Amino acid sequence: MKAHYTRPLDLKQGRVDMNHGAGGRATAQLVAELFGRAFDNPWLAQGDDGAVLPAPTADEQLVMACDGHVVSPLFFPGGDIGSLAVHGTVNDLAVMGARPLYLSASFILEEGYPLADLKRIVDSMAAASRAAGVPVVTGDTKVVEQGKGDGVFITTTGVGARPAGRIASGARAAAGDVVLVSGSMGDHGMAILAVRESLAFDSAIQSDSAALHGLVDALYQALPADAVHVLRDPTRGGLATTLNEIARQSGLGMRIDEASIPVHPQVEAACELLGLDPLYLANEGKLIVICAASHADAALAALRDHPLGRQAARIGEVIADDHHFVQLRTPLGGMRMLDWLSGEPLPRIC
Amino acid sequence: MKYVDEFRDGTLARGLGEAIARAADPARDYAFMEFCGGHTHAISRYGVIDLLPSNVRMIHGPGCPVCVLPVGRIDMAIRLAMEQAVTICTYGDCLRVPASDGLSLLKARARLDKSRADIRMVYSAADALALAQREPQREVVFLAIGFETTTPPTALVLQQARALGLKNFSVLCNHVLTPAAIVAILDHPEGKGVRLDGFIGPAHVSTVIGSRPYDFVAEHYRKPVVIAGFEPLDVMQSILMLVSQVNEGRHDIENEFSRAVTRDGNRKAQALVEAVFELRPQYEWRGLGSLPDSALRIRPEFAAWDAEARFGLDYAPVADHKSCECGTILRGEKRPADCKLFGTACTPETPMGSCMVSSEGACAAHFNYGRFRDIAVVAA
Ligand code: SF4
Repeated sequence: MKAHYTRPLDLKQGRVDMNHGAGGRATAQLVAELFGRAFDNPWLAQGDDGAVLPAPTADEQLVMACDGHVVSPLFFPGGDIGSLAVHGTVNDLAVMGARPLYLSASFILEEGYPLADLKRIVDSMAAASRAAGVPVVTGDTKVVEQGKGDGVFITTTGVGARPAGRIASGARAAAGDVVLVSGSMGDHGMAILAVRESLAFDSAIQSDSAALHGLVDALYQALPADAVHVLRDPTRGGLATTLNEIARQSGLGMRIDEASIPVHPQVEAACELLGLDPLYLANEGKLIVICAASHADAALAALRDHPLGRQAARIGEVIADDHHFVQLRTPLGGMRMLDWLSGEPLPRIC
Repeated sequence: MKYVDEFRDGTLARGLGEAIARAADPARDYAFMEFCGGHTHAISRYGVIDLLPSNVRMIHGPGCPVCVLPVGRIDMAIRLAMEQAVTICTYGDCLRVPASDGLSLLKARARLDKSRADIRMVYSAADALALAQREPQREVVFLAIGFETTTPPTALVLQQARALGLKNFSVLCNHVLTPAAIVAILDHPEGKGVRLDGFIGPAHVSTVIGSRPYDFVAEHYRKPVVIAGFEPLDVMQSILMLVSQVNEGRHDIENEFSRAVTRDGNRKAQALVEAVFELRPQYEWRGLGSLPDSALRIRPEFAAWDAEARFGLDYAPVADHKSCECGTILRGEKRPADCKLFGTACTPETPMGSCMVSSEGACAAHFNYGRFRDIAVVAA
């Protein structure tokens, strides 16, 4: 497709129409002038149906992860669906201990969506991908009729390579292990809710959306690989739900100290207002680390040394418990359960 | 959390817990009922029980609006939506309360033809009124529930609807009265099982009605009442005040929450309620049965905006699930874990009774926050 044969894509006034997904010239033009330019890399430039990638080294294993993004609103303080689509999948790879290598992106666009907004999303996605050093090497675009989508849905798949010895898994939590978090809880969930409920706060709450593989790497630099027992990013359902997943996987319980869990004052205040608990709100740039107690100090120091882990904190311990309950010591000094999120119809947050 | 809150401070709480332990006479037990679901939630959410001596027992009361709403009343709303093509607006918790035929408002919603009828969650009575104004062709019914705190806003929308001459808005009134429920518990014939030494009264109710309506509890039943705020330290302070009253043989109405409660309450709000509502001679509560003068109905002057009058609705009582212990739990005679269905057939995802629905319900609070206490947990 040579650009001078057709009028260039109208990225100011234009809108997505059904032709953009039909697979003909319009699709090719959208891919070339929008996606191709933004993501610009040799694999995408080949223009074939898939990307041909070099094999990882012999002692590494391939890790693959996939994440669909349907966040509403598409733009929120601290990010948008584009950057989130990169961070979501990169983080799935990162918490598997893998070096994220490549991403694919599948866009489902709604007829009538402004191309200018689509460009903002794609540019932001490209910036996030470059910052993370993980190129989008292949993609797909489909268009659905007006009313059948919600502007833009993005599904990303990522491939990473996991160095030998990195075997973190929820099942590896052991009694006596220490539970750490890399920073404040609930920022992403509350940033989205604040936009939706149009809450006015003195200083806006920002999503924590960020790529975590650098932080994970810093952790592995500081600790013997097998001392890191569990790595997780507490996304949907928040810290509470993720801890319960780990408890179930490992068949153990936990005792968490609520007062030691970092939460931004504004998030806390907004939660008060809405009757929510920050421990159930989503995070998109935070890490849960469970490691052997003897390595906890080193792990905490490594997290705090990294820009994404300045507020890292030690929040509790893993205990033997046949019922795998997660117990919380409240700031008041009493105990209660920190249970799974139970069926509240929360808005789409990722 | 890393954000210090003077009402949730651990050191203060420990100090109060120690003061209660010192004050409590080891030779006897104390049983207090926190009437309100808000207090039940605060006690469970903050693990207040752990800070109390073992001879001070807190019993959850019936002050959870969703919990005391009987099946028959939700059936009325469901029938309105399904048969009369009405849009029901109500608070979120109401949607999940189990009703007849395995339905709830939420499940009924999935069966509606949305072009004609709907069931929607609103945050306030005013939201329902606004919907009726915005869509004049839609018949909107606000399913109003709650104790004295939610009554003034409902009264206000009824006045506004009349002033606006709205033709497509009405209220299905289920407002109930706190003092009547306390009488029912103190008088309940089966209530021999529960011995109560005093009550914690909800502060937000008293900011409306004042503390005067509790006088009869002290005078007639000779039980102390302490009106308390909803922070865990408020609750602990009020427990200390109750223990002192019991020890000294007093039965006074005391006010822990001096921040906003007066003896007479908010006269303006009371006048507003008085102008729109009158006492209902009989109203059936879930768990407490049919109680005289225990609820409000809309005055005849507002009949055009009263869903019961407008649609000719009649109330038909419906029995609860036969194994559900909500009734005895709401009266404080049993605890959630005493119910055979607790945690097995009945969970917050699949509630069999209303106490498992709202986070203020005794069963939901115990399931979400306290059920680890039923089982000895092995420490590492
Ligand atoms: S556990 Fe469920 S069924 Fe049993 S009393 Fe509570 S709400 Fe009713």
